[in-house]
Order: sequence, then C-alpha cells, then structure tokens
Amino acid sequence: MTDTSTAVPAATRQSIDTAAAHLKRRYRAERRFKAVGLGAILLAMGFLVLLLWTIISNGASAFMQTYIRVDVTFDAAAIDGDDLPGLVKSSIQQRFPAVESRSEKRELAGLLSSGADLDIRRALAADPSVKGTTQPLWMVASDDVDMAMKGYVSRQPGLAGNRLTDRQIAWLAELEAAGAVKKRFNTILLSSGDSREPELAGLWGAVVGSVFSLAITLLVSFPLGVATAVYLEEFAPKNRWTALIEVNINNLAAVPSVVFGLLGLAIFLNFLGMPRSAPLVGGLVLALICLPTIIIAGRAALKAVPPSIREAALGLGASKQQVVTDHVLPLAMPGIMTGTILGMAHALGETAPLLMIGMVAFIVDIPATPLDPSAVLPVQVYLWADSPERAFVERTSAAILVLLVFLGAMNLAAIMLRKKFERRW
Amino acid sequence: MTLFILTVVLLALTVLGYRLGRGRALAVVEGHPRQLHSLPSYHGYWVALWCGLPALAVISAWLAFEPALLHALVLAALPAELQALSDERLALVYNEVRNVARHGHPASSAAVAEAARHYASLRQILFISVATGALALAVAGLAHARARITVSLRTRNRVETIIRVFLIAASLVAILTTVGIVLSLLFESIRFFQAVSIWEFLFGTSWSPQMAIRSDQVGSSGAFGAVPLFAGTLLIAGIAMIVAVPLGLLSAVYMSEYAAPKFRAIAKPLLEVLAGIPTVVYGFFAALTVAPFLRDAGSAIGLSVASESALAAGLVMGIMIIPFVSSLADDVITAVPQSLREGSYGLGATKSETITQVVLPAALPGIVGGVLLAASRAIGETMIVVMAAGLAANLTANPLEAVTTVTTQIVTLLVGDQEFDSPKTLAAFALGLVLFTVTLALNVVALSIVNRYREKYD
Amino acid sequence: MTHLPSRLAKVSARDVNVHYGEKHALKHVDLDIRANEVTALIGPSGCGKSTFLRCINRMNDQIENAHVSGALTLDGQDIYDKGIDVVQLRARVGMVFQKPNPFPKSIFDNVAYGPRIHGLARDQAELDEIVMTSLEKAGLLTEVRDRLDEPGTGLSGGQQQRLCIARAIAVSPELILMDEPCSALDPIATAKVEELIDELRENYTIVIVTHSMQQAARVSQRTAFFHLGELVEVADTEQIFTNPQHPLTQGYITGRFG
Repeated sequence: MTDTSTAVPAATRQSIDTAAAHLKRRYRAERRFKAVGLGAILLAMGFLVLLLWTIISNGASAFMQTYIRVDVTFDAAAIDGDDLPGLVKSSIQQRFPAVESRSEKRELAGLLSSGADLDIRRALAADPSVKGTTQPLWMVASDDVDMAMKGYVSRQPGLAGNRLTDRQIAWLAELEAAGAVKKRFNTILLSSGDSREPELAGLWGAVVGSVFSLAITLLVSFPLGVATAVYLEEFAPKNRWTALIEVNINNLAAVPSVVFGLLGLAIFLNFLGMPRSAPLVGGLVLALICLPTIIIAGRAALKAVPPSIREAALGLGASKQQVVTDHVLPLAMPGIMTGTILGMAHALGETAPLLMIGMVAFIVDIPATPLDPSAVLPVQVYLWADSPERAFVERTSAAILVLLVFLGAMNLAAIMLRKKFERRW
Repeated sequence: MTLFILTVVLLALTVLGYRLGRGRALAVVEGHPRQLHSLPSYHGYWVALWCGLPALAVISAWLAFEPALLHALVLAALPAELQALSDERLALVYNEVRNVARHGHPASSAAVAEAARHYASLRQILFISVATGALALAVAGLAHARARITVSLRTRNRVETIIRVFLIAASLVAILTTVGIVLSLLFESIRFFQAVSIWEFLFGTSWSPQMAIRSDQVGSSGAFGAVPLFAGTLLIAGIAMIVAVPLGLLSAVYMSEYAAPKFRAIAKPLLEVLAGIPTVVYGFFAALTVAPFLRDAGSAIGLSVASESALAAGLVMGIMIIPFVSSLADDVITAVPQSLREGSYGLGATKSETITQVVLPAALPGIVGGVLLAASRAIGETMIVVMAAGLAANLTANPLEAVTTVTTQIVTLLVGDQEFDSPKTLAAFALGLVLFTVTLALNVVALSIVNRYREKYD
Repeated sequence: MTHLPSRLAKVSARDVNVHYGEKHALKHVDLDIRANEVTALIGPSGCGKSTFLRCINRMNDQIENAHVSGALTLDGQDIYDKGIDVVQLRARVGMVFQKPNPFPKSIFDNVAYGPRIHGLARDQAELDEIVMTSLEKAGLLTEVRDRLDEPGTGLSGGQQQRLCIARAIAVSPELILMDEPCSALDPIATAKVEELIDELRENYTIVIVTHSMQQAARVSQRTAFFHLGELVEVADTEQIFTNPQHPLTQGYITGRFG
C-alpha cells in the first residue's frame, strides 16, 4: 500500500472537479427552493392576517353606538296615548325651534333612530315618576349619524351622494358642540334581535338560535356517533356490511354541506312536515353533517387504547361490553370529546345547509324554544352582509368577530382537553 | 312544554325502575349479590329499560303521526263549503287553522275559528290519552320486569342484547343518511326531468330559471341548460386549485422538510386557523375586500374586471383550501420512507434535489389523491360563491367576468321560495344530484388512490 | 500513543465521540481505514458500528441533536471541518443501505440520478456510458439490459441492492460505506453481493457494517470489533477470527454473546 491519493482512479478525480463546478449553481437552487417554500407559508399567513385585520378594523367600531342627548318632555297625554315616536319627534323639534317646514322636520327626526322611542319606554320603566316632567335623555342616533360620527361617511357639507343632508350635518355639529352627542358601548348589538335598522339590529336572537341548534346537534350526533364508533371498532364483524358502512362514512364526510341542506329540505321539511327556520331542523341537519367527524374521531380514539387493557379486563371475566363501558370508553373519552368539540365548532360556522331549510327568514323575535323560527350566527352574518346600508358592513364584521370568538373558545377548549389528557402508551 | 313535563316524569319513573330492580335483585338473594347470575345493577338497568322503552316508543309514534292524524280529523270536521276547496287552498286554510290554534293568530272567519277550537281540543285529548297510555305502560313494564327477577335471571345478557341492537341501529344512521340523500335527490330530480329533458339540462347552454316562475307567462318554459353553471363551477374551482395547490404543497414541503420544530409549532396551527374560519366569513371577505380591490386594480391597468368576478371568488376559495391541501400533502410526504431520503442524501443530493426528484415523485399518487379531495371540496363550496360570484349564467373562460356556479344556483333557486312544484325549485335538486354524483366520484377515486398509496409504504 | 492521523489511511478517526442528546453512542474511537481494502465493522446491535459508519459521510447531520466530536479525516482532510461541503463529501463517499432503497424511478434513472445532480455527464451519450459501466461493475447489466425503463422497485431484493450499489458507483466515489447491505437478502443474493464487494475492492475503499461474522470473514481484509460504543479491537480479519487479543472479541466471535 503506497500513498493513498494514487489509489483514487483518474476518472474519479475528474468527476469531483466537475461536481465542484456545479456546486454553486446547485446551492443557489437550494436556497431558492427553500425561500419559495417559506414564501408560500408566509403568503398563506399573510392572507390570514389580512382577513383578520379587515374584519377587526371594520368591526371594532360596531361595539360603540352614537347617542344623542335631547330634553324630553314626558307628556302624559302622549304616553297614555302610546305615541312615543311622536314624543321623540316633538322633543328634538323643541331643541331646534327654528325648524318649521315639514321636510325640515322630517330631516331633523332623521337624526334619531326610528327606535329611539324604546329609550323613552325604558326611561319610563326605570322611573315612572318622570311622567309629566322634562328630563335630558340619551337616545339612539340613526345609522347615518352613527356612520358620520365614526368617520365612515364624510361630514363635509355639499357632497353629492351623502346620506346626511347639509342641514342635518349642521344640526349634528351644533349638538356635538353642546356635548349632546357621544358614543356608548353598543348593548343593542349584543342584546336584541334582528332589525331592518342597523342601529337597532342585534345578534342575541342569532346567538340563542345557534345555541339551540348546537344543543340539538350535540344531543343527536354525540350518542349516535359514539355508538357507531364503538360498534365499528369493538363489536362489528369484519364483513362486507361493515366495510360498506365504513366507506359510506368516509364519503359522507366529504359530501358538500349544501347537499345535506337539500336532504333537510326534502325529508325534514317536506316529508316529515317539520317547521321551517326552526333550530330543531337546523340542529338535525348539522347533526348529520357532524356525525362522520365524530365517528372518525371516536374510532381513532378507541383505536389508540392499547389492546393490553382489553385483554386484562377480559382476563378478569368481564364481558365484552363491560370491558368497553368500564375501561375502553373512559380512556377514549377525551379523544372523542376533542373530536366532538371540533365537529361542533365546524357546525357552528356552517351556513349553506341552513339557508336550504329556511333559516334565512328575517326574524326579529328572540326564539324561546328550538321550534320557534330563528336565525343562527353565520346566517345572520350572511343576511347582514347582503344588506345595502353602510352601517351593516360594520355590524357584519362585528357579528363575524362574535362568531370567531365562539369558535376560538371551542377550539381552545379542544386543545386544552387534548393537552390535559394526552397520554402516551 | 307539556311534552317536556311528560319526558321528565318518564325519566323519573325510569330511574325509579332502576332502583327498584336493583333493590329487588338484592332482596331476592338476601344481600348476597354473588349468588346472582348478573350484577344487581344489570337487574336495575333491565327493569329501567322495560319501564322506559315501550313508553318511549308510544310517544315517538305519537310525535310522528300526530300531524297526519290531526290533519285528517280536522279536515273531516270542516264545513262542506271549505272541504270543496281545491287542495292548495285547503292547505292554506289548514295552515291558518294551525296558526290560530297554536300561536293565537286572529282567525279570518268563523269557520276557521271553529276549526281551530276543534284542532286545539283534539290535540289536547290526543295528548292526554297518549300521556296516560305511556305512563301506564311504563308502570306496567316496571312492575312486570321487577316481578320476574330471580336468582338465575340472565339480565346482563338481555341488557347487552338491547345495547347491541342500539349500537347497530346507530351505525345504520350513516347508511340511512346516504340513502336519504340519494332518494330525495333522485325523487325530486325525476320530477324535474319530467318537465325538462335531461339532455337539455346536461348539455343546454342557456340558463334562466327565473322565467319559469309563473306558468301563464309568455316564454314560461324558462331555460334549464346547466352547461354555463358547470363551466362556471369548473372555472372558479380551477382558479382556487391554481392558488391552493402550489401554496399548500410548498407550505407542506417547507413545514415537513425544512422548518425548525419551533417554527412548525407556531406556523402549523396558524395555517389550520385558515381551515377553521367559517366559509361565510370568506364570502364576506371576498365580496367586501378582494372583489373591489381586483376591480380597482383592473381598471388602474385598463382591464375591465366584473365586480363579482370569478377571479375574486376563486382566489378566496383557494386561500380557504390551502390548509386542506397542505395537511393532506404533509401526511403523504411524511409517509415517504426515510430510507429514500437517505439514499438520495447518501449520493450527495441537496435537500431540494432530494425533495423534488425523490420525495415528491414518490409521494405523487398520494398528492394526486389529496388534490382530488381538495377539488371536490372546491366544487361543493357554497357560501363564498353565493356571496362573491354572480348570478348571471355566462358561458365564458375569462376569469375577470362574472360567472355563476352550481351551488350558487341551488341556494338562489331555493332560498325564499316555498313553492315546491315549479321546475325552478326542482332544478335545484337536479343540480344537487349532479353535485353529489361528481363529488362522490371524486372522493371515491381520491380515497382509493390515497389508501393504495398508504398501503404501499406501510 | 500519537494521535496524528496515519498517512497510510484513507479514513482516519481519532478520539471520535458521538452523542445523541444525552446518550453517548460512540466513545473515543481511534480507527484507520486503509485504501483499497474492505474493512468490516462487527459487534452486537447498538454497539455503535452503524453510528461510526454514518459519521464518515456525515449522515448523522440528518438527525437532530446528534453531536460529533473528535478528528475524522478523509485523505487527511477533516470531514467535520467548516470548509467541507457535505454534498461534495457525499459524492466522494458513497453509501449502500441496510434495506434496498431504489427510488421510485426507472432502473436507468436510478443510476443516472447521482451523475445528473452532480452534473457529471456533459451529454446523453456520456450519461448512458456512466450508467452502463456502473451497472456492469455492479454485475447487474446482463440482467437488466432489456428493461432499463422499468421501475427499479420491480426488481428482486438482491437485484435492488445491486442497483443501489450501481447507483453509488455511478458518482465515482472513492469510498463506499455499506450498512449491513445483505441483511434483507436471501443467501443466493447475498453471495452475489459479496462477490461484487470483493471485485469492487480493486477500485474502491469499502467499509462494511455486518451482523454476520462469516460475512466479515469472507469479504474483509481488516475487521474492527465494537462493543457498547467503544472500539474494542481492530486487526487483520484473519487475526481477529483466529487469534483475538481481547476477551470480549473472543467471547463475541465464539458466540458467547451478541
């Protein structure tokens, strides 16, 4: 054996030189590829940020609402005659006594919401002794005023297409100078039902509707889903039938949700005659949509329970069902529940199938039972997004924020559940 | 409300049945449960089931048949002149009767008011008899089962049989759902195809269902050629795939091959947030932000972009599908055996060479399956296109124009329309049938590709 | 004892340590691998022989939290020097793995993969020649000449492993590392691969990790015995098997443990 370098064949030497020449180019390609990959992720996240930023920047202001303070003479005749809207009009006319023509009076009344009489009603309910006296009262401003005060609409007089007239802009400036205009936390948004007037529209009806729907969904899909998962994973014989059920469940998970809506319309509404727009039907349709998710998650959780535990229990003389109910199911429950919460979160955001079963109706009342017509949160978003008023853009974004808060909370619960019970066998 | 009380009472009876059964079992063996064939609690369950199940069956049957029964009885008692009305008018009258009786609406005529009173009293009588029957049945079942408890009664086996039946029944729900979908779509579609020929529907190029609302209108037949809808769906889904596949795939590659664990721990959940955002939010985003932006950007460079362009809807749909593609691709890429990567590194390949020339080709079948699943999702996506795509059925391949899609039309045709016999509403079911068939085929193919791929590397 | 790398050695290890996180997998290994010889690394499972092999082409870089210290040189050049390029190093040090791992490509593309990425062929004719020569050297050409377009995964196990050897040769490495190359093969395929290893010795330096002492005795000139991460003994193969110096080596080759 002599010097090692002579052992290298000549051909090899040449190869190494060629390889070195290519190396720079190859490393450039490598860096480029890596940068493109990182770019893709950053782009995707950029979209997420843009989406959230759009919603938040549009929606945050909806949690405040403009109010105007007017001295209200609680005229006994008007109150007893149940003419509170008239009272609102006369109160603001007293504030601007110079206004005389009918059209001017109408414009003046337009500063306040058509629902401002509710503020008077509320004041009367809180303190009946105000009847007959004159009191300063903060009343809800109209959506046009609200938009102007929030800066979405110009307050420059003389602009074409402005919803506020020049006179209204001047009155508003006068009121503002007198300290009679301010923004308060928008309790209406969170506590009322829907309305055609943006400043009176609230989400509470939709929230209640969503809660009812999800409760039905949970009640139906959780027991059915767990039972199916248990049967398929623990008891079912391996034959063509169970194979069919499995394939069927996997495919059901990928059926477009709007098709489930058609199912709900044809079977629940037309065939079984269930009420339209009711959270009961919405919940049932959503339950069918959730079912595959829960079954798949449930089976995964059951599969993760090691066979040794089953064998140990069987060895002690337990029946197969006792093994499942006493040992396997409790151990799999955190996993099943995580899957269920995620399924519920998905159901909460589902919109299209609910449109099919008539949950798009305009409903002002807060539903009292799951049989009453109702909206749900995502449908409310859809309805408001469709409304032309500028103020509904803001409120739609706010409704989305509320929806996202609910979704975030559910996902967080699922993550915490998973963290807490995460088990390595 | 009364139903609620009945349920609570029944539930209480069932619990009582459990306790009685359990107590009886212990009494039979004088406090030596080991002599029993089954544990005392199984005797409890057995009695509880005897108590609850028959009563539950009666109540369910009543809930199912009450509307039909009331309908028949109330109609039979209506005055002759009302009975003589056409079926449609009669249905309206009956609807009013129900509203008057259940929600206290004012009645439009004395006959209706009378019928409503009849309806209400019938309903009450029915409910009382059903409630009495159910409760009697519950008590009888309880007594019967309790009396039969002996030392050797195999209650565990019996209870387990009932549970087993329940489990099997539960797993049939998934099948029934599919059957329900297929039957309802088929049934309504067949009715649609009686009015409109299937060839015209599948191959016609003109779509204007709005014409057909009233049968006495001129040109009332409407046009139900769905080709523009299919083309629009494919256009928008295609744009979505052009956005989602490269971005999702590259994200997955970077995430699984390059990213440091810390980066992955943050980036991956963030990416999944995109998948968790409801589609209605994307629709709003597309209509509020993306579409106007594209229109303005287009006019700035002299292009006319429709305010409901296919591009806007497709782009946003693509964003929504990114995490779907990336998580599927991630699964597939991680399934490629490490030994292939090592083989490539061992030859002196760089990471990108290994990925593009070894890992991705090896993962290709799985990726194709994933892309097909994503495509099926894009085709079935509804809210984004309902909010951001147009309603006009243009047959065009230009992404800057407005097109409409199958799902948009399904929603548009059905929302707000309660009439169920016009071809317009039935067309929605025919479209639904096409949608269901196409997505089902895509899924079956995709899942079989993915499964075969998984088996290859297991 | 001097710790200078030997001038005679192709690869020279001095006080090489490998840690996987907390685990000390390879302890103070001093070992020279001579050119144009087959060196066998033997020892019970988990003794560190594969770890050592993977140090030589820095395959351990792939494993997170693996840490290598000490001096490991190839032709006197420190393998772990900052200036060393892993890609270039691996072009010089080929590797054949435990399980045949042909790429899901055609037989031709499998062999052409290395030359292509390193840009070794100026044109198609040259690439064809490299592929043919490599297949020939790996003793596979006669078997696959007519089906170069078929997927490499369609070959039998032994053929696949020889394909992997051809793939490694195609880059013209100086050193070939083999990590239990026959453990997944049947006896006949094993015999063919062993024959091939013996032929390759003429042009290449080979390090082979093996379970089988018979295989080490058949194919190698020198044998190194590892135990619990330590190099116990290294000597000419004949000496190791006939006259082991260390009691542990003796115990292992006589089958008392392992």
